Parts: sequence; structure tokens; C-alpha cells
Amino acid sequence: MDAVLDRSAREIAEAVRTRAVSAAEVAEAAIARVRERDPQIGAFLTRTEDLARERARRVDERVAAGEALPLAGVPVALKDNLCVTGTRTTCASKILEQWVAPYDATAVSKLLEAGILPVGKTNLDEFAMGSSCENSALGVTRNPWDLGRVPGGSSGGSVASVASGTATFALGSDTGGSIREPAAFCGVVGFKPTYGRISRYGLIAFASSLDQIGPITTSVADAALVYETMAGFDPCDATTVDRPVEPAGTLREDLRGVRVGIVKEFALDALDAAVREVYAQAYRDLERLGAELVEVELPTADYGVATYYLIAPAECSSNLARFDGMRYGLRVERADVAATYEATRAAGFGDEVKRRILIGTHALSSGYYDAYYVRAQKARTLIAADFAKAFARCDVIACPAAASPAFEFNAKSDPYSMYLMDYYTIPMSLAGLPSLSVPCGYVTPPGAAGPLPLGLELTGPLFAERALLAAAHAYETGTQHAKKHAPPPLAGAAR
Amino acid sequence: MASADIDVEYVAKLARLALTPAEIERFGAQLGALLDHVKALEELPVADVAATAAVIPGTGVGREDLVQPSLDRETVLQGAPQRQGPYFRVPSILGEA
Repeated sequence: MDAVLDRSAREIAEAVRTRAVSAAEVAEAAIARVRERDPQIGAFLTRTEDLARERARRVDERVAAGEALPLAGVPVALKDNLCVTGTRTTCASKILEQWVAPYDATAVSKLLEAGILPVGKTNLDEFAMGSSCENSALGVTRNPWDLGRVPGGSSGGSVASVASGTATFALGSDTGGSIREPAAFCGVVGFKPTYGRISRYGLIAFASSLDQIGPITTSVADAALVYETMAGFDPCDATTVDRPVEPAGTLREDLRGVRVGIVKEFALDALDAAVREVYAQAYRDLERLGAELVEVELPTADYGVATYYLIAPAECSSNLARFDGMRYGLRVERADVAATYEATRAAGFGDEVKRRILIGTHALSSGYYDAYYVRAQKARTLIAADFAKAFARCDVIACPAAASPAFEFNAKSDPYSMYLMDYYTIPMSLAGLPSLSVPCGYVTPPGAAGPLPLGLELTGPLFAERALLAAAHAYETGTQHAKKHAPPPLAGAAR
Repeated sequence: MASADIDVEYVAKLARLALTPAEIERFGAQLGALLDHVKALEELPVADVAATAAVIPGTGVGREDLVQPSLDRETVLQGAPQRQGPYFRVPSILGEA
């Protein structure tokens, strides 16, 4: 029964729908696997075994009644900033450590309706602020490829669970790269759709003009399936776009006629030699599969990190003002209300969250607002305009998802060096573009436990998910990188 | 080392965040360094550029003002740090006689 877990989401759902296997059997196998494998990895903050069993019973009943559920019986891991009714939802923060969500996020309820079995809530950098998962206040998550290395972040638990086979797919959230960078580090597919495609109702907010929910999967085909199940207008999130979601349908297997933009400013010379060779090969593979490579310019992309580290903290400082110890979460009682706010927030938030609240409050404060926040929003306009120009000449942009493979714990002690991990993902987030990371090769740095995966980032124009997923699928099937190696917990398992 | 660009103690007050002297020192240095990095934005010609107000243009939406069921009061109050009957219990904000 364990082997069913190594199939794709599409295949598991098909097996459950045709009653070759029951959802209850899948749930028991998934629960056993999480118990067996997760102690080494630490992907989960909370296991939801009872919920998985309860949902499995319902799925089996619905299948018996003839319902065709697209994700029937698929074991899923959910990032712990997504609300699930009756389940602890912590954001990996002490301020929400004991908080139980009273409602479901829309993305979660759509997946539940489609038949998923939630196996647990996954670790993240506190409030999704970080690129290694090391900013979690509640646990350590290890990279399944090398337990001495970080899984990336902020969706580190979600990618580690998919890479170690404890979930068929996971949900993450991506504000400046929090799905794509960790997906690259753990050798899985991570997809951030266009801003507005998926409702954020029930996603605990970090930076509202940037946050997007997306799937983390072992294949592009599964990413397309999960995306289509979640996408669409939601009256509970006024930023969702009322625009038809085109089904990806049968994804093509070549790139003939596709113009792939290679960004002049992202010259591979800046990268370590072995990493550079992997990306150079990825570009050659795109060409071999029929793509026409065209050079495009993004002259303002280099300003992405600076722009992002004003806008995201500004929005964070505003969003996190709600954590004041009055209505939910931690309260540290003091003599008066102001002192209670200050003590609660001091005890409840970790260093990175405090840094971002401070810089954001500063950037929005009287006398600094124009110089910092408004200037950053103008820079953002320029960055988006550069992408629009580039997409006049190409259909998809290809670049590295990160400048290096996963690094060791405590390797980035200076906050700014950590911020630079999202150099290649931030510009796309600022422009709201759909963007994904797909495995593209491996490097073995000195001291690594074995080969470490790298990710190719592919980005499309606004709302061009269909073309983006098609190109990514063609690249994936034309290179088979995800099947060339498997992380140690999976090494003996058929994939 | 405190930064001339940011008065951490003042900003912490605005953000309702109690900081220790060691944190003021550490965050001051780290945030001062970050502000040095973001100074690069001054190189961009933004004088005639409109600030981004919405990532996806034209997505302002309205809806009918309809009465809908809301969350169950008892469930929500179970998440409260302190409650008194059907209410959130909070510190008093007006002086007591």
C-alpha cells in the first residue's frame, strides 16, 4: 500500500475514483509514512491524522455515490499560515502558537471539496519572512537531500514534505520567492500563479500586494491540476480576478515556436562554475527542445531586492498590527493597555519579524514616506514596465531560481545576505507575474551529503499560466531531471 | 552602532514593540545597513513615474451589501486570550474612578 504514495496526484485520484484503492487505505499509508519519515526531516509542525481519516471516510462515501473528485484521496501538506477549521494555525510564531483557526482558507476548502486528505501543517519562516525556514520559532526543518542544509523558505516545511514523500503535494505561499526558492532547494516544482488568481482568504497576511498561494508538487502536470482546482474569483478576497481559468488540458511536450527570453542582466558569469554550467545546459536544453532563445533586458531588475525590502516590510508592519494580544493569540498582561501591546509583541515575535516591522514602520512614518515607500512603489512601476517590454519579444522568461543550491544551517548570519537569496524571484513578485521553479540539474559542493538540486525559474506574462505550465512541462519531460536522483529517504522507493 | 538613518527607539514606540537596549543596538546596526542598500533606489529616474497603486490594474471591485452568516461567536471567543461571558476581556483604556 505504501507504494501508492509515490504516484502522482493525478494517478492517486484516479486509483481512488476507480476504487482500485480506498481513500481510507491511502490515509493510513500516508499517516504511517509521515510517522516513519518526518522525524528526520521536521517538515510538520502539526500532524492532522484525525482530519485525514475523517476526510478519507467522506471521500470514500462520495466516490461510492458516483462523484468524480479531481483530487480524491490525495495526501496533502498545508503551510501553517493557511487556516484550517479546528486546526492549530501558528505561522511558526509564538504569538499564534496555541491559536486554533475557526474557518477554512478558500484555497483549502476548494481542495477539500476536491477530495484531498490533509496530513499536516508545515513549518515556515515566522509569518513567511525568510528564505531558509530558520526563522521558525517552533521547529527545525531539514533538507531531505542533505540533513545538514536548510530546505529554503519560507515554505520550507511544504517543500521538504513533498521532497521526502510525506505528502503528494503541498500548498505554500510566495511573497518574494517563498515557493520558488525552496522548491529549487528541494528538487520539486513550485508554482506562484499571477497575483489575484487564487484567493488569499484565510491565508494569514504578510504583504498583501505580493502574497500568493501556490502548489508545490513533484511534476508540472500535478501543479497544473492543483492550480486549476484552487484558482478563481472569491467574494471573500476582493483582489481575486474574475477571469476564466483556462484549463491546461493536455500539456505539450516540445517547445517549437516558443520564444524564451534570457535576461541580459542575469548573466551566468556571476554564479559559481558548477552552478553556471547547469544553467547554461538548461538554456541549451530549451533550444534543443525547439525554443528560440532571445536576449531580453530587465535593466531595473537589479533594484528588485531594494524595492521589495521597503514595500514588503511596510505592508507587514500594517498587517501585523492586528497581533496586539486582545482578540487572539498570546497576551502578556501589563499595567495598562499600551504596555500590554508592547510586551505581547516583544514576547510573541522573533527577530526577523521585529526587523521588518521596524523598517516598515520607519518607511511609512512621517518625513520618510515619500523617500522610501513612495519611491519604492515608483521603482516597482519601472520593474513591471521592463517586464512588459521584455514580453513583447518573448513568451516565457528563463533564469535561475536561486544563485546557489541549498546552504548549510547558520550560513547567512547577516540579514541582507539572506535577502539576496531571493534576487531572482523578487522582480517577478513585484510585477505580479506567474512564475515557477522546475528541477534543472544537480551540483555537489564540497562537504555536501550528495548531489543537491537546482531549479530553473520560468516566468510568463500576467495571466499566461497556461502557456507557462505548457513550457515548463515540455522542459520537464524533455530533460527528466526530477527522475535522475532522489533524496535519501526516497532512494529505495520507486518514483 | 546606531544608524543616523533610523531612530529605532522612536520607531519601536510607533510599532508598539518593547525592545531591550541590546535589541535597539543590534537592530539599529542591521537596519542602518539595509537602508544603505536601499539608497540604490535614488539612482532610478522616478520623477515622472506613477507609484504602483494596484499590481493588476482595474481590479477594484464592489459587491452588494448583503447580510451573510458570520463566524460562530463561541468558536471565535475560544481563541481569545481572555474572555468574560460573550465578550473579549481587555485591559481598561479609561481611568477608573
